[in-house]
Amino acid sequence: MIAVVDYDIGNLAAVANMFKRIGAECEITSDVEKIRNATKLVLPGNGAFDACMRALHQTGLIPVLEEKVLQNLTPLLGICVGAQMLGHGSEEGGEKGLGWLDMVVKRFPSTLNLKIPHMGWAEVERVRPDDPLISGLDDRARFYFVHSYYMQPANPRDVLLAAHYGIDFAAAVRSGNISGVQFHPEKSHRYGKQLLEQFSRWN
Amino acid sequence: MARVRIIPCLLLRGHGLVKTRKFKDPIYLGDPVNVVRIFNEKEVDELVVLDIDASREGREPDYEVIAEIAGECFMPIAYGGGVRTLDQARRLIRCGVEKVVVNTAATESYDVIRAAAQVFGSQAVVGAIDVKKTLLGGYRVVARSASVEVKMSLDEHVQGLVAAGAGEIFLNSVDRDGTMDGYDLSLVRRVSQQISVPVIACGGAGTIEHLAAAVHEGGASAVAAGSMFVFHGRLRAVLINYPQSLELTR
Repeated sequence: MIAVVDYDIGNLAAVANMFKRIGAECEITSDVEKIRNATKLVLPGNGAFDACMRALHQTGLIPVLEEKVLQNLTPLLGICVGAQMLGHGSEEGGEKGLGWLDMVVKRFPSTLNLKIPHMGWAEVERVRPDDPLISGLDDRARFYFVHSYYMQPANPRDVLLAAHYGIDFAAAVRSGNISGVQFHPEKSHRYGKQLLEQFSRWN
Repeated sequence: MARVRIIPCLLLRGHGLVKTRKFKDPIYLGDPVNVVRIFNEKEVDELVVLDIDASREGREPDYEVIAEIAGECFMPIAYGGGVRTLDQARRLIRCGVEKVVVNTAATESYDVIRAAAQVFGSQAVVGAIDVKKTLLGGYRVVARSASVEVKMSLDEHVQGLVAAGAGEIFLNSVDRDGTMDGYDLSLVRRVSQQISVPVIACGGAGTIEHLAAAVHEGGASAVAAGSMFVFHGRLRAVLINYPQSLELTR
């Protein structure tokens, strides 16, 4: 069962519905036992970095998530702010990140005069096209983004997909069993479905 | 070349979807969740859902229905209808809506546009304008589902919405609504020429040529349509459709 971690950050139904559409067993949950028994984990995130980190701390779920992700090496997919939270921290706030991925989260440079947040469909470049998480995507793959900050892994090899908005940034990252996507697969039709399907099959 | 978004515009009435003609005579289409599922299959770029009774009845958005719809949407969704405060906008975004559409409230004050743009970013705030043609051929802004006239001129209102932080203008022609006779291109042109934020043209689309004209002749950044995507044939049989591989660029 894929557990979508529920920590009171809004409507997660679209994520669960897309997994159901794929035929993967999935539950939105904040139950420790269900999370402990899950075969895969999804960490969503919406809104401000600090608010998400605090909300996650408040659930008391971080120890069981660490046990799963760091000891049992259960595959994890972070989505949007949920992916950003996997790093050390974000320029958006003062809270520490989970620190499971060696990366920081930065704001788009103001010198570029970009409209912030970056919001809308964007095509992605496959940096590691053979990676099991994204190998099925084609050249036309596009995803729906809503974000003001972007992930910057310390090791460029952790970048699976790149997108461009004023600068090139990481759209999907992975190191070992821990992965994250900046976009919203659950709002990205076929390509989002493809990615979630590969995640659900990934070992 | 930018890909043009083609957006089905769905009208919510109670728990069902309807389609109007000139903002009147709603025809019942069906359950919103079923309709959204069909649009998922068609992989539409985005959806706009407007509750056409909320402002007229002076009530809040129906968060439960909206959350249910948003949870079924595998594409971004914009919601409008009865949005008057920042708190409502916040609640809608928690319901899973990507963009909040403000129409009637913005004809009285731009406060909610300004506040929502500050908190969520302009890209999450859509200023919607309903426009009626006057007898002399000019344009008049109307509100509360076209039941009241607004004193401000069209140009003044367009500028006001953009200055307050609306990231997009959803421009709806009351006279063309449901007619499938084509967009009011001079209206679309007039608004899109004066602002740099995207204009979504709505009202009158019946064919792919109409959509293309709104972009190439009207200067719209995106096109929305109701009847075209929910009716089939001259008898307007209800049939949810969306041309496959439909792609417009500008």
